[in-house]
Amino acid sequence: MAIIKIKRPQLTLADKLYLPAVIKGLWITLGHAIRSMRGKTHGAAQFNSSGLGVTMQYPETKWDDQLPDYYRGVPALVTDEQERERCVSCQLCEFICPPKAITIIPDEIESDDPWAKVEKRPKEFEIDMTRCIYCGMCEEVCPEQAIYLRQDYAMTGLSRAEMVNDKERLYEIGGVRTGLVNKWNELK
Amino acid sequence: MDHATLIFLISTAVKIIVFTFVLTLPIIAYSTYAERRVSSIIQDRVGPNRVGIPLTLFGGKKDIPFCGLLQPLADGLKGLLKEDLVPGHVRKFFFWIAPALAAAPAFLALCVIPFGSSISLFGEDIKLVIADIDAGPLFVFAIASLSVYGITIAGWASNNKYSFLGGVRSCAQMISYEIALGLSVIPVLMVFGQLNLSDIVQAQADGGWTLLPLWNEHGSVLDAAYWANSGEQWLLLIPLTISFVIFTTSIFAETNRMPFDLPECETELVGGYHTEYSSMKFALFFLGEYAAMIVGSAVIVTLFLGGWSAGFGLDSAISNIAWGSFKPGGLIHLAIFLAKVIAFVIFFIWVRWTVPRFRYDQLMKLGWVVFFELALVNIFITAGIIMLLN
Repeated sequence: MAIIKIKRPQLTLADKLYLPAVIKGLWITLGHAIRSMRGKTHGAAQFNSSGLGVTMQYPETKWDDQLPDYYRGVPALVTDEQERERCVSCQLCEFICPPKAITIIPDEIESDDPWAKVEKRPKEFEIDMTRCIYCGMCEEVCPEQAIYLRQDYAMTGLSRAEMVNDKERLYEIGGVRTGLVNKWNELK
Repeated sequence: MDHATLIFLISTAVKIIVFTFVLTLPIIAYSTYAERRVSSIIQDRVGPNRVGIPLTLFGGKKDIPFCGLLQPLADGLKGLLKEDLVPGHVRKFFFWIAPALAAAPAFLALCVIPFGSSISLFGEDIKLVIADIDAGPLFVFAIASLSVYGITIAGWASNNKYSFLGGVRSCAQMISYEIALGLSVIPVLMVFGQLNLSDIVQAQADGGWTLLPLWNEHGSVLDAAYWANSGEQWLLLIPLTISFVIFTTSIFAETNRMPFDLPECETELVGGYHTEYSSMKFALFFLGEYAAMIVGSAVIVTLFLGGWSAGFGLDSAISNIAWGSFKPGGLIHLAIFLAKVIAFVIFFIWVRWTVPRFRYDQLMKLGWVVFFELALVNIFITAGIIMLLN
């Protein structure tokens, strides 16, 4: 290994005077300010901003169309194309949930129901969104592909009670999800 | 009590209230807003653009945002309503007195600044300056340097090593820049031959601004008579420009503005001298800093950029506008002066968001080795030019 000696850069007179550098800096910031005020900030389009700076003006403009598929938003229950509620109330998500946000009360499916062989369904399914940490463990652990973290992220409420999603609300957020494994169907 | 004394007393009281509370305080409030907006447009951000009239609080459908113009009001209200925390380990008396000491000198220095020429009312000429004394710049320096006591006492009373270092730095910085500040202004005073700020501005209105000698008693640049008599003005521009650069930089240091905000530099000293302060006490330091900035720009504008004068020989015409016995010319001059001061405050802000903080030894070196000598030499250059031309 050869030894490389690095010399300190020799400052020119202009460098030592500070002022030319200050004026250059003022010129650069003025350029940014003028572009910003004309609504033509670089990279504004990329952030859906108005052009006055790159900041996205949140409630007016949103980024929902650019959320990735794997985005972990509000957890919700889904039904499938057969309109069967997929949750079998095994309570694995309740037990794995790190902040203990999920509460399930299981119920039996009546024997006259076409899906009687599934045996269980949730009577109540509550997710406390003040506790949820959006980790996605429930989705990962679910053996029935019944719970998914959806793209919604703006959960608001005026009381603690409002922040608890009950079963009805969870199905409303989750909606119908197609293309899942239908393991309870009859063999063909 | 005779008629003239009564008018003098009343007009002075009105001037104090108007200049301090009606003009300067709102400008201070809005310069904090301008600071945030200008910094954000420089950094490609948006800044506060939401605070307006909260109609939704009163049952309305939508708030009126006003581009966030009510932000300073909200900030002030927040300062008043926040908990005023006095830590147990501080020196109570000095801890309480320091914010007032930091804010008061800046307002005191306002009293010698000529805000406008004069207005004529009921046959009386009222000069738009609170105290028309013959030692204007000296008074400003004497009072402005007192503000360092506030900062130093705050740093010491906080009983906190970071605050203490901030106070010490402020002291050292003040000493090293005060000399350059005082020396750099001497060439200007030599050129005008007096210390009365009102008369200095009047001289600039008649004979060209210190930094813009485009007209003199013989006419403007377009007249031949101007060119026959302008040699001295143009030659003096060299030392006066040097004076301007030194003076402006020293004012930056004096008001603790970026690139010289060493007393409060967050990266090294947490918050500097105001680390332990909260709510309105902190707001007072903030107020003092911005007031000092406004007084600083007012002094620069007065000494170098023509004060209230509109320039180009327009000033006597403005002064002579009359509605009966009422001559409102002074008010137009007041507006011109405020416009200049606001422009300079924006320049202050622009510099703050451009130039990074100096290292401490660079700062001291700049003060003692460069500016001090330069200002001293500059005096002799000016004296030489004046001697040569007379």
